[in-house]
Amino acid sequence: MAGKTLYDKLWDDHLVKQRDDGSALIYIDRQLLHEVTSPQAFEGLRLANRKPWRIDANIATPDHNVPTTDRDKGIDGIVDPVSRTQVETLDKNCDEFGILEFKIKDQRQGIVHVIGPEQGATLPGMSIVCGDSHTSTHGAFGCLAHGIGTSEVEHVLATQCLVQKKMKNMLVKVNGKLGAGVTGKDVVLAIIGKIGTAGGTGYAIEFGGEAIRGLSMEGRMTICNMAIEGGARVGMVAVDDITIDYVKGRPFSPKGETWDKAVEYWRTLHSDDDAVFDKVVELDGSAIKPQVSWGTSPEMVTGVDGSVPDPAKEEDPIKREGIVRALKYMGLRPNQKITDIQLDRVFIGSCTNSRIEDLREAAAVVKGRKVAASLKQAMVVPGSGLVKAQAEQEGLDKIFIEAGLEWRDPGCSMCLAMNADKLGQGEHCASTSNRNFEGRQGFGGRTHLVSPAMAAAAAVSGHFVDVRELLN
Amino acid sequence: MRAFTQHQGIVAPMDRSNVDTDMIIPKQFLKSIKRTGFGPNLFDELRYLDEGKPDQDCSNRPVNPDFVLNQDRYKSASVLLARRNFGCGSSREHAPWALDDFGFRVIIAPSFADIFYNNCFKNGLLPIVLDEEIVDKLFQETEANEGYELTVDLEAQTVTTPSGESYSFDVDNFRRHCLLNGLDDIGVTLEDADAIRAYEDARRQTAPWLFNAGN
Ligand code: SF4
Repeated sequence: MAGKTLYDKLWDDHLVKQRDDGSALIYIDRQLLHEVTSPQAFEGLRLANRKPWRIDANIATPDHNVPTTDRDKGIDGIVDPVSRTQVETLDKNCDEFGILEFKIKDQRQGIVHVIGPEQGATLPGMSIVCGDSHTSTHGAFGCLAHGIGTSEVEHVLATQCLVQKKMKNMLVKVNGKLGAGVTGKDVVLAIIGKIGTAGGTGYAIEFGGEAIRGLSMEGRMTICNMAIEGGARVGMVAVDDITIDYVKGRPFSPKGETWDKAVEYWRTLHSDDDAVFDKVVELDGSAIKPQVSWGTSPEMVTGVDGSVPDPAKEEDPIKREGIVRALKYMGLRPNQKITDIQLDRVFIGSCTNSRIEDLREAAAVVKGRKVAASLKQAMVVPGSGLVKAQAEQEGLDKIFIEAGLEWRDPGCSMCLAMNADKLGQGEHCASTSNRNFEGRQGFGGRTHLVSPAMAAAAAVSGHFVDVRELLN
Repeated sequence: MRAFTQHQGIVAPMDRSNVDTDMIIPKQFLKSIKRTGFGPNLFDELRYLDEGKPDQDCSNRPVNPDFVLNQDRYKSASVLLARRNFGCGSSREHAPWALDDFGFRVIIAPSFADIFYNNCFKNGLLPIVLDEEIVDKLFQETEANEGYELTVDLEAQTVTTPSGESYSFDVDNFRRHCLLNGLDDIGVTLEDADAIRAYEDARRQTAPWLFNAGN
């Protein structure tokens, strides 16, 4: 019999019951909750007179709606009454059911996908869900982690299980070493550019190969975070020393003997040598350049030295139509050079790139430089209160502020612009977030997805430049 | 949940691929703590020329005359015909809620994003995958014939055109069963409460750190 993939192992370890009709009950170890996708789930529980199955498996925090200024005002700092109600509703629900919540003024508050790993609430081998598609982030720890809808949030609250069908296995192998100035973000954008936004649909993706093994946990989280942009609900990386070192000593991590026992198990969380994948995609990591998205879908991406495509050269009529529409929305010309795209704003943040290492990379580029006068705004939004504190301890805040970037309080912010941070109509933004859909960062806004280093380079230049030129 | 057995309705063609959930229902409407009332804001940025706000009366807003759902012939559509990778993006269930609230019961496309596909079933909406060539043909027929209707039979797993052509589609058994009977799947899972407890007991022994609430 062939060996098992990492996904097979995680699946088997969480299988409560295989049903005759092909569906299965999968046990969920951890659920993360936030204010946007949970209110209707709690309401559903109440209406059906049900109780949460296991309260201690849940952790909550508000992130999507929170303002990134005046944090000391707490909930009163939320100007929009509808947003405020949503955050208040989360507080009320967590208080009523006794669920641990890092409230708006708690230093541990932050974007759900940042705080899970930071607290050790995300541990290798766990099954993790959240009413948010970027839950795939936690797969970086060798977890079975995926986004779910609100009905499933309610289902997990009530039963600690999900009804699932096993996905297929896909291996994305990034060979070789990454060049200087090339980050996890560039790798994942290059992968999506290659497989397309539906390339991973129906698959659980494992990211492997030398380039992935060489990445820090932050880099791996960035990659798994965007598995969903490649169509896969689940993205994973096998456990190794880097994973275990990251987890050690965190508030929710096991201690003493239990730690040793856990580590022994975690060391088994990798695909066996003879495991068979349904699909394998390989990339040469050493050939990946810093990436920039030019269109309205994350697969519309190219190297910084490239150009906007010419729809006339696309043979597939549906794709051609997609390019024409994207160029119109983005206000770009066919064959325009990426480095000729002028920017209005720069956003460094989101669950893709708002961890300490991301901020260090951005700070290294802007240090001693100034934000281009042509920009309306450049902002840095740390992923959590603890990331913010750490950055301030390292003096990164001063580097950003001296260069002319705004230093904000933690939250999702301009990643989806549910709070006050958004793009104006027609504005171009270099953004470290994960989606460049029409209107994502504000009505009529134009998003270009890049790494933190590339966003920083764009901030000091006013247009895209190859960050490697600034690092030399 | 509302049961789905058969449905016959007017078809609206949404002729673009990779329609994402931000397009289906923009984020400002996700601030609601309710499940209903999203219909007037379905495809808000495509449907109206101004920027939509939550809790606003949409009847006086400037509409985009080119957008398909603003054309009289499609206003009462209940079957949405779509292109590749429909529903990609976020996990927001507000997307199926908005489609449902508008009056859609069926969505037909060559492929769907996983989370969206799953969310539809939880809300009595039926997503149907048909081959790209068949979808192409349905687009042509819909656009050529005003009042074009399709009949969908979940029991028989068929989509039938006005001229009597019939296409079969796949759907997995559990989802089909829940939808046909309008079952609450939490109730179904809780029938296995003993199995869940047995799993937990065993797991507590082998992996005690998973049951440690931390500090
Ligand atoms: S940062 Fe963006 S992608 Fe991440 S959870 Fe928040 S809104 Fe979603």
